[in-house]
Amino acid sequence: MLHIVNKSPFERNSLESCLRLAKQGSAVLLIEDGVYGAAQGSSVEAKVQGAMANVKVYALDADLQARGMANKVLDGVTVVDYGGFVDLVAEHSNLQSWL
Amino acid sequence: MSDEMMEEDGVIKKFMFVNRKAPYGTIYALEGLEVVLISAAFEQDVSLAFVDDGVFELKKGQDTKALGQKNFSPTYRALEGYDIEKLYVERESMEARGLSEEDLLVDVQVVSAAEMADLMAEQDVVISF
Amino acid sequence: MPMVEVAGKTFEVDEEGYLTNLADWNMDVAGYLAAEEKVEMTDSHWEVVNFLREYYDEYQIAPAVRVLTKAIAKKLGADKGNNKYLYELFPYGPAKQACKIAGLPKPTGCI
Repeated sequence: MLHIVNKSPFERNSLESCLRLAKQGSAVLLIEDGVYGAAQGSSVEAKVQGAMANVKVYALDADLQARGMANKVLDGVTVVDYGGFVDLVAEHSNLQSWL
Repeated sequence: MSDEMMEEDGVIKKFMFVNRKAPYGTIYALEGLEVVLISAAFEQDVSLAFVDDGVFELKKGQDTKALGQKNFSPTYRALEGYDIEKLYVERESMEARGLSEEDLLVDVQVVSAAEMADLMAEQDVVISF
Repeated sequence: MPMVEVAGKTFEVDEEGYLTNLADWNMDVAGYLAAEEKVEMTDSHWEVVNFLREYYDEYQIAPAVRVLTKAIAKKLGADKGNNKYLYELFPYGPAKQACKIAGLPKPTGCI
């Protein structure tokens, strides 16, 4: 399963719930304001880092760039471009968009 | 929802509607419920998940008279008549909100986060509200 | 929205002729709505209309035809809870016509 989170973890609990309900081996793609969840030094860093033991975390480059966050991405988070976004969708048999 | 998504050569797909918002404060819960009712017409394998504030949608005793909005909580009890009988509530979300099964207005299956994760993973389509 | 006057009382309907405000409903209004649908009301018609109003009262929605048929079969018996019987009473669709006469909104899931 590919999980997509597009809300800031500081405004909504989407990322937190997603990480709680994502099974081992699934992928989590952060897009739009969701990319703030990939930042170093934030209050959710430990949670995301902990989750990376079970799930693979990706963040969309265009959204990181636009927000000036591209230089603060946590180690272990894979930055993907739009082509990589498409590949992720194609690779997974189902996906869930968290509102 | 497109026809193509719902019926591909008459194959029955597993659809899960995930409810994560409280009623009345935003339109998500009501809109989600309407989508669920419409989805019943396509005769797919439909289930509902209640996670986070979505659990509040099922709280007994809702009374919207003073608010002047429609109380749509009785409609969850109509779902059985629409052959939608799989309602799952995540225990962690329910308990974090001080609720127990007795507080809910319809029969549900209370499941752990791990069980909910399994249920979500086995779906063909997951739609979140 | 169009306004209609029946037996000295005025009420509002939408573009499709559905009653806007459920609380405006009474037997006279139902009679007017039935005439608009060219349905001559008999006891059998009233039975379905009253059933729908009770259903709405309990669940706050107008049921889809399939659901209505099943619920009527359960309450009034299989000889009434079937498409043939209901379409004979309401030839242009039991959900659409009977809901309209009952003063309910258009059924959710009516596609």
